[in-house]
Amino acid sequence: MGSHEHSHDHSGPEPLAARVQRMTGLNPACCYQCGKCSAGCPMAAETTLRPHDVMRLVARNRLDKLADADGLWLCLTCETCTSRCPNGCDPARTMDALREIFAAGKDGKPPKAISAFHKSFLNQVRNHGRLFEMGLIMSYKLGGGPMFADVTTTPSVLARGKLGLAPHNVKGMDEVRRIFAACAEEEAQP
Amino acid sequence: MARIGVFVCHCGENIGRTVDCHGVAEACKDVPGVVHSVDYKYMCSDPGQQMVKNAIAEKGLTGVVVAACSPHMHEKTFRRATAGAGLNPFLCEMANVREHCSWIHEDREKATVKAVDITKTIIEKVKRNVPLNTIRIPVTRRALVIGGGIAGIQAALDIADGGREVILVEKGPSIGGHMSQLSETFPTLDCSQCILTPRMVEVYQHPRIKLYAYSEVESVEGYIGNFKVTVRRKARSVDEDKCNGCGACTQVCPNKKIPSEFDCGLGKRTAIYVPFPQAVPNLPTVDRNKCLLFMNRAKGRPDTCKKCADACAKGAIDFDQQDRLVTEDVGAIVVATGYQLYTIGKDQPKDNLKGYGEYGYGTIPDVIDGLQFERLASASGPTSGKILRPSDGKEPKRIVFLQCIGSRDPQKGMEYCSKICCMYVAKHTMLYHHKVHDGQATVFYMDIRAAGKGYEEFSRRAIEEEGAQYIRGRVSRMWREGDVIKILGFDTLEGEPIEMDADMVVLATAMRPQPGIDALAQKLSVSYDQHGFINEAHPKLRPVETNTAGIFVAGACQAPRDIPDAVAMASATASKVLGLFANEMLEREPTVACVNEANCAGCFHCERVCAYGAVEHKDIKDRAGNVVRVIAYVNPGVCQGCGTCQATCPSKSVELQGFTDEQIWGEIQALGV
Repeated sequence: MGSHEHSHDHSGPEPLAARVQRMTGLNPACCYQCGKCSAGCPMAAETTLRPHDVMRLVARNRLDKLADADGLWLCLTCETCTSRCPNGCDPARTMDALREIFAAGKDGKPPKAISAFHKSFLNQVRNHGRLFEMGLIMSYKLGGGPMFADVTTTPSVLARGKLGLAPHNVKGMDEVRRIFAACAEEEAQP
Repeated sequence: MARIGVFVCHCGENIGRTVDCHGVAEACKDVPGVVHSVDYKYMCSDPGQQMVKNAIAEKGLTGVVVAACSPHMHEKTFRRATAGAGLNPFLCEMANVREHCSWIHEDREKATVKAVDITKTIIEKVKRNVPLNTIRIPVTRRALVIGGGIAGIQAALDIADGGREVILVEKGPSIGGHMSQLSETFPTLDCSQCILTPRMVEVYQHPRIKLYAYSEVESVEGYIGNFKVTVRRKARSVDEDKCNGCGACTQVCPNKKIPSEFDCGLGKRTAIYVPFPQAVPNLPTVDRNKCLLFMNRAKGRPDTCKKCADACAKGAIDFDQQDRLVTEDVGAIVVATGYQLYTIGKDQPKDNLKGYGEYGYGTIPDVIDGLQFERLASASGPTSGKILRPSDGKEPKRIVFLQCIGSRDPQKGMEYCSKICCMYVAKHTMLYHHKVHDGQATVFYMDIRAAGKGYEEFSRRAIEEEGAQYIRGRVSRMWREGDVIKILGFDTLEGEPIEMDADMVVLATAMRPQPGIDALAQKLSVSYDQHGFINEAHPKLRPVETNTAGIFVAGACQAPRDIPDAVAMASATASKVLGLFANEMLEREPTVACVNEANCAGCFHCERVCAYGAVEHKDIKDRAGNVVRVIAYVNPGVCQGCGTCQATCPSKSVELQGFTDEQIWGEIQALGV
């Protein structure tokens, strides 16, 4: 039987709902559980954890259940959920906050492949100021992504010139570096 | 010989489209007794009515048949026109060829034949009609209000402010009802006592309100405008005229451990007691079941304790006081007896109700009901407003509220929604969080029903701003481990079983009518549903009237009601009562049953079937004044003209005027069957 003790042990760690509220400025208790967010979510069919489930689990302080699910990472951040919400809850921002919490690594980690993809993607942007597809593919697969997935499509994509072999940097690389430095500084703060 | 006029209406196209109205008028000309038959586009219009009046005068009509819409629509119109031409209005009848014919058929030919048939039946009826006169009954312009809760108080004040005398009867020692027990009220959180007690005092001081507290309605006789009510004024053992309400008697009473009804058993009272400090009237009452003197008397022992009498400077204590019966004449009655809560435990006072053994009520001391929580939260309550649990007086840090206890549970005998629980549970979580800052309130609910002005906002506030945790699902079982209550439930939003610990549990139990409501309803001849709630005459259009003329209903004795509902209903009954009292005489339709005294055998089948208690016994005496026969008599003031007695009478001695057997037989014969 799945059992859990509910919130508000005042001596213990900060409850998840309060933590998310501090990060987003939004109150997770506002969710009606009407499901309109999930009804509009393009990824709803792909995941067991849809936006309204996420809102409910946050309100009930279920970090454990959130950590096990893929929904947070499959989210496209299209923000349809947020624009549809009747009570101003902003599930997209809430899921963003949860991704931040998990990416920090103290409360569970994102799935390895997803983590590898995000890291690879950000590294491309850090190094080139834009996406270098070939670099992304290499670093993603070496970092833990599925090694042989989609390999067969590579020749045709190359033939059509959709995949460059050499990176092209953007002009303002100095600015890109400054942006990353500023983010790192912000993250370093408690 | 009858001289009948027939007037066929086209109702614009409503009838004319499907029925050949001119053809109907022509066909009726051949019916024996018909001397005038015409059709017209709008018979209810001024020129149409004038046609009726002119024909009565010119043709010397003895009866009028208007083939048009339902009598509900225009019978009054045409009877008025008939009376205007000098003919008795009850010699005019409607043949309904619209609702019963043109609106429901398509085939014009067949519909026309049917319209002719309908009109012919009414022609035959009108031939047998006799002039009837409107019944005029005198009205006693005083009202009785039963129940001194907020609904009864409001009704009494409104009627009295409208200039009529009111007798307010309250079963308990004080008026105020359940509202006086509440701490704060939704959705504004204003203090219940602060808004109620001024109204209670107003009742007490009103020159036109006579308050009978600690009294019950013993019997009711009569009918609308003319009720005779006997009230039992139960013995308080205190002389109302002498007592000045000083309270010295309650201070000295040695029996101090009696569970207080007002505090729902959470506090104690003495055997001579005032239920709460703001009681109206402010008079103590001796509980004869708990007073040492009366307990000794019951055992045949001499009177021992007379401490209260000794303490009373006014000599107001009267141990030999007896119940008194007083009789009052009133013209209207308002029933406002209110509710009780479902008692949760295993034993229920009604056979079809089952308790909730699985919630451990009665065995786990920290499982309480909603009214008990009100007393804990009330500043005037046994804990002075501190939320402390009954078992050990500790402040509960984890409190759980369960909604729909009894309500919406046909298996327990109550399928209805109690309406107020969603709101008062939201209020309870707020009161709890206001008082216990480090506590957590959790609510198990099925749905949140917050349909009222400001109600949705209020329940959302409890969740969004005040931190109540709402879990959708019913609890399966509760048990005690140490001083912790274990709760086994299911969160249907997460789709997971849930096990939870609580320090205290509050059950939002169903609203039920007061005990004894069935006996009172029978005294009043008003109907009630399977739960005991008084039935209204029509759920939409006559919501505060009962099936018995002159008896009205307000508040939670009709259905679960919150305070605004109860007050609105009470004011509605007051307006109905004042409307009834606007005239000295009451006019009623003469379609009432009438007994043929020569034939009646006095079997009184009619009395047994009459739903309104209209049948009385009448003595037939000889010249010397000896009773030779007892027969039935139908009181025209009470009779509602339903005709059940007529159908039941074995000797056909009772007939409904305007609907006699002869008239109905004439109608059937007109159809040639």
